[in-house]
Amino acid sequence: MARDRLHRRDLLKTLAALGGLGSLGGLAIWDRDRLSKAPRFRAVLDEANSLTYRTQRRLIGADRLAREYTEADISPVFRANGSTDPQDDAYLDLVDDHFASWRLKVDGLVERNLSLSLAELRALPARTQITRHDCVEGWSCIGKWTGVPLSVILSRAGVKPEARFVVFHCADTLDDGSGGFGGADPESIRYYETIDLIDAAHPQTILAYDMNGKPLTVPHGAPLRLRLERQLGYKMAKYVMRIELVSSFAKLHGGRGGYWEDRGYDWYAGI
Amino acid sequence: MAAVLTPNSLVPERWHRRHAGLVRITHWINAFCFTLLLMSGLQIFNAHPALYVGQTSDFSRPILSLHAFPSWITLPSYQDLATGRRWHFFFAWLLVLNGLVYLGWGFARRHFGRHLLPRRVELRQIWREVLDHLRLRFPRGDAAKRYNVLQQLTYLLVVFGLFPLMILTGLTMSPAVDSAVPQLVTIFGGRQTARLIHFAGASGFVLFVLVHLVLVLVSGVWNNLRSMVTGWYDLYNGRTTHGS
Repeated sequence: MARDRLHRRDLLKTLAALGGLGSLGGLAIWDRDRLSKAPRFRAVLDEANSLTYRTQRRLIGADRLAREYTEADISPVFRANGSTDPQDDAYLDLVDDHFASWRLKVDGLVERNLSLSLAELRALPARTQITRHDCVEGWSCIGKWTGVPLSVILSRAGVKPEARFVVFHCADTLDDGSGGFGGADPESIRYYETIDLIDAAHPQTILAYDMNGKPLTVPHGAPLRLRLERQLGYKMAKYVMRIELVSSFAKLHGGRGGYWEDRGYDWYAGI
Repeated sequence: MAAVLTPNSLVPERWHRRHAGLVRITHWINAFCFTLLLMSGLQIFNAHPALYVGQTSDFSRPILSLHAFPSWITLPSYQDLATGRRWHFFFAWLLVLNGLVYLGWGFARRHFGRHLLPRRVELRQIWREVLDHLRLRFPRGDAAKRYNVLQQLTYLLVVFGLFPLMILTGLTMSPAVDSAVPQLVTIFGGRQTARLIHFAGASGFVLFVLVHLVLVLVSGVWNNLRSMVTGWYDLYNGRTTHGS
């Protein structure tokens, strides 16, 4: 029958289609390492992160709080990751004098530059929260954090209207030696992070000086670290020295808005 | 396409349009996404190849602790969590959008009710169907027009069970989503349990795909592939029909 011929001929169509699909998929998998490193392909993949960012910002209220737990939930062992013992001379000097000479600098697109000692920070309104810390690697720990809401600091400094991001400059140098992707400057391997003003204004975004009721230890970022409870751990800069308000982070270090971001991680780490 | 009425129409119908165009397109997009999601998922898992129950990770007591998966199966092949995540979330979005198109079409066309929901008589044949499958005997003729009851139940389980489970446990690992929908964390018994279920669900998917591929191979591989590419299925799988 004509129909039999027609559909048997479909075998050719099938072979062609499957061959096409198979070689496309096979090529993608075979060549996955080259694709993974190609800047243009990475930029395409990165679109998913900005889609996630826009979708979550649209669907999740700016003031939705991360769950807060009870004292009983606090992890007996809270893993410290990234820098845990910075060897930078300036930082070691600060450790030696118990951070007495440490000052938090606030500058950039602000009305008033600030310089705050630990005692002055502790005198400001504080917030305590028991929250879950989710590492990008996959593990979670629960800890109790006390600190100054970032919004308190920012309202004291007065954010200029053109500011769009908050930069956290840190004391630690974390040299993985790789230099990272996309033109990360090998000279600048000082940790830094950036967040948007929505997260900066979030009530649980605090600059923590206490962990589990005691002053922050060196492995956890003494004397001051960021808590950003709706994103992953690598956003929560430790050893914070200076807060800068900027309109763009394109000219900072590798230009991608953070130490790990310059090494290929997503800028938005809400997922 | 209706059979043409000719004097010959006593000859049993051989060609059946088994899969609609949308099913075929979404099927192949799915297959592509699944492969890349699995490989990039193993890359992500390798960053911390241990699983826990509850909200947090009790590092001294993982439920399961594995060696890292070998490089031939991860995406990328070398260890790179950042890049694995990029691939994973890109194809997760594609998979979700593809799935929404499929679900929207399926409900609008009553695809699920007509083709995937087993009828009472079909449910009663379930044990015979199991035996037939084990003996590699597959229906022919009119009986081959519908999915058999094992296919129906499996596809229903995958579409309405496994896929939503993977997407929801994936979202539960997002700290931002948890702030918006804290119930998710409660339902799955903690973020680390959600991660465990996500891993178990992926294993279930691998099992499903393996069984699916074996059955595609043994029940007439060309016929099956043709029907998933062109839509046309030979109800007699190349053999003669009774009447001719």
